[in-house]
Amino acid sequence: MAQLVPMRKAFGEALVALGEKNEKVVALSADVFNSDHSYMFAERFPDRFFNVGIAEQALVDVAVGFALNGYIPFANTFAAFFATRAVEMVRSHACYGGARIKMMAAYAGLSDSFDGPTHNSITDLAIMRSLPNMTIVVPSDPNTLTEMLTQIAEWDGPVYCRLNRNDVPAPFDSSYKPQIGKAFTARDGGDVSIIACGLMVSRALEAAEELQKQGVSARVIDMHTIKPLDNEAVLDAARATGAIVTAEEHSVIGGLGGAVAELLSDQAPVPVKRTGVQDRFAETGPYDKVLDAYGCAVKDIVDAAQAAVKAKK
Amino acid sequence: MHAHSDDLVRDLSRKAQEFRIQVLKMVYNAQTGHLGGAYSVAEILTALYFHHMKVDPANPGWEERDRLLFSKGHACAMLYTALAHRGFFPPEELMTFRQFNSRLQGHPDPIKTPGVEIAAGPLGHGVAIGVGAALAMRQKIQKPSAQSSPSPRASAGNVYVVLGDGELNAGVVWEGVMSAAKYRLGNLTAIVDYNGIQQTSASMDSMPTEPIADKWKAFGWHVIEIHGHNMRQVLDALDHADEVHAKPTVIIARTTKGKGVSFMEYDHRWHGQPPTKEQYETALSELEKGVEQWRN
Repeated sequence: MAQLVPMRKAFGEALVALGEKNEKVVALSADVFNSDHSYMFAERFPDRFFNVGIAEQALVDVAVGFALNGYIPFANTFAAFFATRAVEMVRSHACYGGARIKMMAAYAGLSDSFDGPTHNSITDLAIMRSLPNMTIVVPSDPNTLTEMLTQIAEWDGPVYCRLNRNDVPAPFDSSYKPQIGKAFTARDGGDVSIIACGLMVSRALEAAEELQKQGVSARVIDMHTIKPLDNEAVLDAARATGAIVTAEEHSVIGGLGGAVAELLSDQAPVPVKRTGVQDRFAETGPYDKVLDAYGCAVKDIVDAAQAAVKAKK
Repeated sequence: MHAHSDDLVRDLSRKAQEFRIQVLKMVYNAQTGHLGGAYSVAEILTALYFHHMKVDPANPGWEERDRLLFSKGHACAMLYTALAHRGFFPPEELMTFRQFNSRLQGHPDPIKTPGVEIAAGPLGHGVAIGVGAALAMRQKIQKPSAQSSPSPRASAGNVYVVLGDGELNAGVVWEGVMSAAKYRLGNLTAIVDYNGIQQTSASMDSMPTEPIADKWKAFGWHVIEIHGHNMRQVLDALDHADEVHAKPTVIIARTTKGKGVSFMEYDHRWHGQPPTKEQYETALSELEKGVEQWRN
């Protein structure tokens, strides 16, 4: 098992570093800053940190007020609340009204596993992806997040960025320079392509190892930007390998798998198998166990890849 | 506070009444739009844009401008009219209201329309966005006392939120109200156009909000209650709000929905319906008489 590194701490440190570089950066919280680690920014920049209480709708609207008046607000709460309770605020003012807010969506996917399904966010990518003008980033590990946070601040539009609650494997080191909107081929292969995001990138790499033993050569793509999707990378993978698997910590409806399937059905139809949570809520338990039981196991990816390869003509 | 001259009060009152005629023409021409809430807010918007606020129509994004966040978006025909006549865009454009290919959308669009600060229509957003805007205005200036208790005298620009009483039904309003009090935003003033009528009925029947002054007071705001069609009271209240430091102010402006047209006044059916030709002519005649009242 790969060594695990803390994602939350990496976020807190990266946000402080960003605050040092750019005085226009402010941070807002809906009273969970000790959870998401934005408290580190609060300690360093108390005059640029605002806690609006347990009020996620106001969190987004207050951030909108900052964004429309010359600041770069990083709004912090749990993913599940941005993409459910506050979504009208996001749609009306960030996506339609042009407020360039940065939503740091903590405890994303199944990563708040012990708090259970109320705190999981397995529909957020689908919800956010349907909104015009939205940009969605799902960093796979602390290095990727650290590299992308500056780009998120400078990005000319609202950004929804998923953050994993837990210590996670780090497939990439600081030599990895991800760019918003540009997919990265983490492993090359010719028989099938696994397109993954977030924690599932490391699991996809594990699956590729296993597939290798089974005689299948798999390409693994880190699709850290769900929107705008790197269409060229997806089309190239489809044409070069003829079969696609998607892997995400999200419902199989409407997220990364949905985006890839929509594109390929239109422009390069090849077998596509989507892995992820099967249109249901998960349950409480240890993170790995919940992931494995709800469609995010390495074996799910391996099986899907074999099925996709078989489905090729 | 200084006394406002009779001439100023008369000029602004006449202007507000003329704007009602303009709005009538827009909604009649489009055969769609919201008259009732536009008529109740006429004096409030006129006082803000034509006397109280510092804005630069030639430079709508001027950093030190006062911000008017128009939260009751459905009443935007009056907002557009005030902006156009203040010089943000040509008044001739007003007749494109709600037409295809117009900058004047059915509800306010801050990207398309010069002078519009926020998208609105989904109700209840103004106060919470105003909190962010007021905090941003505080951040922009260096006076140290302003950092803990901003006031209109220590802010890069003031923030005015105009909302309807129906919006007070929405929970996010009160989330914003609490944050404004927490951060002692003396540079934030909310003006409630309290016309007492919502889309389907009197507010008292849709959702009672009284005692509204007590509620805002309990939430830590400075409260001023006025007659919202009395221009002098509107002007005085805005001046008064400027002198309240370290605390946000709400001006509860008692108004009449559909003000100025007898058959529209205090009738929820005129929330969002266009007039027929006969109704248009009657309304026009009544409003023109109202303008005459404010001539010398």
